[in-house]
Amino acid sequence: MTVKITVNGRAEAVEAELDTPLLWVIRDELGLTGTKFGCGVAQCGACTVFVNGQPRRSCVTPIGTIPDADITTIEGVSDKVAKAVQAAWTEIDVPQCGYCQSGQIMSAIALLSEIDKPSDRDIDLAMNGNVCRCCTYHRIRAAIHDASKRMEG
Amino acid sequence: MNFKSIAILAALPALIAGSVYAQSSIKPAATETLRPLSDFAEIKDEKDRSVALFQEAGKVITHARCVNCHPASDRPLQGEDKHPHQPLVVRGSDGFGATGMRCTTCHGPTNVDHAHLPGHPLWHLAPIEMAWEGKKLGEICEQIKDGKRNGGKSLDQIVEHMAEDSLVGWGWQPDAGRSPAPGTQKEFGALIKAWAETGAVCPAS
Repeated sequence: MTVKITVNGRAEAVEAELDTPLLWVIRDELGLTGTKFGCGVAQCGACTVFVNGQPRRSCVTPIGTIPDADITTIEGVSDKVAKAVQAAWTEIDVPQCGYCQSGQIMSAIALLSEIDKPSDRDIDLAMNGNVCRCCTYHRIRAAIHDASKRMEG
Repeated sequence: MNFKSIAILAALPALIAGSVYAQSSIKPAATETLRPLSDFAEIKDEKDRSVALFQEAGKVITHARCVNCHPASDRPLQGEDKHPHQPLVVRGSDGFGATGMRCTTCHGPTNVDHAHLPGHPLWHLAPIEMAWEGKKLGEICEQIKDGKRNGGKSLDQIVEHMAEDSLVGWGWQPDAGRSPAPGTQKEFGALIKAWAETGAVCPAS
């Protein structure tokens, strides 16, 4: 079946069964491999993208449940918040293996887009669905605070 | 093998175990039934009949499918054993989760059976004043009738909510592997309606 979605501002028509997870449409059909498969059951957050501006675990999002949705992947984030997060991540050298980081960054951008000066509690509640097997959590929290400061400029 | 490779290999079992935990925690219990209204006709005293009707409806109200989203803390429960939701999520200011980690981050409009993930278009937690976790059925009964703790609903509106609300109805249509609430929503609604019509008397405990 043909499903119409917009991905990173570009209209796409993909052939897929309606129960196909969005993750596989993004990676296999559209070739956008920045979004990662981690657990497949919404327990790790590696597959996080934005659906109509809100973070979603793409591994548990059947494509048939989001007709005409506006999707943003890690390849498509470029606003002021995203640039602040990118700079902070680089400055603090957050990633170790890096596998979870696109999901971490998407969740961080989602948080900072709504709360520009998050507390540690805000960060923990927004980010604890994103698992990091290298345990970079302290650097992630520091980088979100750093990005928050960069957004002031 | 460098350090990063070792870290990846060391962490993989933890991620895999997390997935297994999520799935193994939702083994279904045996499906229960609700007694029909006709079973209660023989109770001559109306107050006693009212109490008995609510006690029967209590099989649903105290079931994991209902209590898990009426938690006593800000954290929902999950599974037949009503364990804390994994990952840690909270009610938030509107019942739909924390900023950046809304219920909709994972829960879509439909169940996703391959991930054992429940779904509904309005998936959210009951307000804290409607917490049922850890309470006796009589306490929950009084709470349900209390306008300050039931969202200002009249008894008629309570009956309608129990019998018609589609999120309540999810309790009988959970995702694969999760046990449904006892009986049907129609049977449950009939019990609550009969309870209301007999004076909405609450059990002592």
